[in-house]
Amino acid sequence: MGRYVIRRLLQMIPVFFGATLLIFLMVNVMGDPIAGLCGQRQCDPATAAQLRKEFGLDKPVWQQYLTYMGHVFTGDFGTAFNGQPVTELMASAFPVTIRLTIVAICFEIIIGITLGVLTGLRRGRPIDTTILLLTLVVISVPTFVTGLLLQLLLGVEWGIIKPAVSPEAPFNELLIPGLVLASVSLAYVTRLTRTSIAENARSDYVRTAKAKGLPRRRVITRHLLRNSLIPVVTFIGTDIGALMGGAIVTERIFNIHGVGYQLYQGIVRQNTQTVVGFVTVLVLVFLLANLIVDLLYAVLDPRIRYA
Amino acid sequence: MRGATHARWAVCAVAVALTATACGGGGDSGGGGASGIVSASWGDPQNPLEPANTNEVQGGKVLDMLFRGLKRYDPKTGEAQDMLAEKIDTTDSTNFTITVKDGWTFSNGEAVTAKSFVDAWNYGADLRNNQRNAYFFGYIEGYDKIHPDSGEPTTKTLSGLKVTGERTFTVKLSQKFSTWPETLGYSAFAPLPQAFFSDHDSWLAKPVGNGPYAVDSYSRGSQMSLRKWDDYPGSDKAQNGGVDLKVYTDNNTAYTDLTAGNLDLVDDVPASQLKNVKADLGDRYINTPAGIIQTLAFPFYDDAWNGPNGEKLRTGLSRAINRQQITDTIFQKTRTPAKDWTSPVLGEDGGFSDTLCGDACDYNPTEAKKLVAEGGGIPGGSMRVSYNADTGSHKDWVDAVCNSINNALGNDRACVGNPIGTFADFRNQITQSKMPGPFRAGWQMDYPLIQNFLQPLYYTNASSNDGKWTNDEFDKLVDQANAESDTAKAVETFKQAEEVVRDQMAAIPLWYQNGSAGYSTRISNVKLNPFSVPVYDEIKVN
Repeated sequence: MGRYVIRRLLQMIPVFFGATLLIFLMVNVMGDPIAGLCGQRQCDPATAAQLRKEFGLDKPVWQQYLTYMGHVFTGDFGTAFNGQPVTELMASAFPVTIRLTIVAICFEIIIGITLGVLTGLRRGRPIDTTILLLTLVVISVPTFVTGLLLQLLLGVEWGIIKPAVSPEAPFNELLIPGLVLASVSLAYVTRLTRTSIAENARSDYVRTAKAKGLPRRRVITRHLLRNSLIPVVTFIGTDIGALMGGAIVTERIFNIHGVGYQLYQGIVRQNTQTVVGFVTVLVLVFLLANLIVDLLYAVLDPRIRYA
Repeated sequence: MRGATHARWAVCAVAVALTATACGGGGDSGGGGASGIVSASWGDPQNPLEPANTNEVQGGKVLDMLFRGLKRYDPKTGEAQDMLAEKIDTTDSTNFTITVKDGWTFSNGEAVTAKSFVDAWNYGADLRNNQRNAYFFGYIEGYDKIHPDSGEPTTKTLSGLKVTGERTFTVKLSQKFSTWPETLGYSAFAPLPQAFFSDHDSWLAKPVGNGPYAVDSYSRGSQMSLRKWDDYPGSDKAQNGGVDLKVYTDNNTAYTDLTAGNLDLVDDVPASQLKNVKADLGDRYINTPAGIIQTLAFPFYDDAWNGPNGEKLRTGLSRAINRQQITDTIFQKTRTPAKDWTSPVLGEDGGFSDTLCGDACDYNPTEAKKLVAEGGGIPGGSMRVSYNADTGSHKDWVDAVCNSINNALGNDRACVGNPIGTFADFRNQITQSKMPGPFRAGWQMDYPLIQNFLQPLYYTNASSNDGKWTNDEFDKLVDQANAESDTAKAVETFKQAEEVVRDQMAAIPLWYQNGSAGYSTRISNVKLNPFSVPVYDEIKVN
């Protein structure tokens, strides 16, 4: 187990460098960002040169990348164009997005798995068909439609929530945005759990458990559900990374000042430092989430062993 | 295995607890904030909040509340009026003697003196400080030493600035510029307290100025709370208790928040909501002229666009654009078809003229077709109009302009839009002279002078002369106008220069942009100044 974890951690190193290099190059391809800083006029050449020097843009790309990586290892992620250190931006943005992700994941787990179990055990009954149909609707409607619709209905028409989340973004204000963010994944989790449960319900070990005379509740939670959760856990695990990085749309609609907001701002202003910094952290989150998922397999299914 | 089960139940329990407390905690809904406080939408300023470093509206809003300069542009007429200036004297339009009024202080108690101005201007001009607006000091003598085009600056002060007393200083310009004092209302010329220089970082974290408001708290990127400064010595004291500026990523969300009653003021109504705005807000929607004009500029560095009969081609294209129809349908009348190259906010006395462009701006497909043909036709038979696609509704109107041109010329492939991903890239391609055809050029005035609508845009090698248009007669007339000490005569000469722009059709004027804002029932007396910024200090909370 320990060896396995170390091997996986080592594998992260090339992925980390590759990902940052790719992002770095991609942002660079967009061209010189300085021209956008002077509004509708040409930056005077002296100031532009000075700014380029300050942000290290006067050097060749490979040298910029090396300097940047050197700084990253000392904890310095550079400075955004508005003079704020990127680490400061991260400190304000990540907690917000993490809270949003937690809310979303909770919705996925609680609602998604519950509905999945419910439908899986009642295959073909009206409740199964209804929920399947509903998930189909949720999957086919884009997030920004759900988001804007809920915002308009709950925020403006009925006045239950505030349409925009305050800068502090406490958990209670993130409930609806979290639901919107989770909606599509939630539908997938439901369907995934349903299929898995339905399949395993016919398996030998469930029949044996039933034959032993175990109570139905115990059969479902201990034997059926645990074995059926493996694909679901995989999905939710990879979804953590996707939710954190993919919250741009939701964060925009509800004015949440999280990672998506900073990334959007960084891309529009072509701020390499911000974009690369945030994406680097997101890559790490993704890698770690995947590792944890793999380790969870062993917990869920004793037949899986890592060496 | 048992451990895992427990872990799972623990997660669920936490989740349930979270949702439960969350549901219970949603009680504090309601209006825009404490009594007397206005909550308003804001965007994250692009550059650090320093007076000489702020060149866009969002940062400008704050500076307008935090600072008062020597002059201030009247929020209604745009006229430059003395604010901190007791008098500005000159005999030769080159040497100015400025006296600062007595009794002004910064909100930290420090007196505003001549030194506060001179230090601030020296800081703004110094190349080492990376100030985006440094070129505003370019007319002052010694600018080339403190801000050389290449190499290191050799001095730390502008030689044209001299403190001659506690409240007086002299300015020497490097050229005659009679209306120079009227540029002093621009925020780059604001005075700065010593704290700005001695502890720059903490000043940036919580700026201190001499305006009607003082910063209460500032969390960068999300919110700034400004409170009325009770000891403000000026006559334009704040009429409300303070302003909370909230950053919105998307102006649609801000608008939704306004309609839900969580926000008092939105100063940029999104284009997509213009259709609903009357129904949503009624008379709480304002739409007033601002000093912004949109034009189509041409790449004069490209021989194809700089041919012998080029002016006929360009005038023809101008006459092929149905401005009225586009402003009515796409912009819902928040733009006004342009009749000259300035802006209505200047007023007739300031040089605005609704007849100057005349026929050249009138939609007439037959004339257009004729003129384009006489001008040698569109280079290559087809042109691409470039614009940045990341902000605003540029795509909509560029497509409409192209449609209008195509219909007028009876040629479906005469004109097509050329979107460029980001503003920075768009500016890059412009500064590198790589525009493949006409391109979007917007201009928001820095100060309400006709000079500001002409010189930076059409003077040879001027900072915003993106098309690299050059014309000796125009340059001569502008020089002449700047040297003219009589304002009325100067304006007349500028208008003559503008006629050269018309005859050569250096850029096609499209429309004047209005400022728009919507507000809640909580507040009243909301106005926009000619820079399309709300006049915060006059807002009353009901």
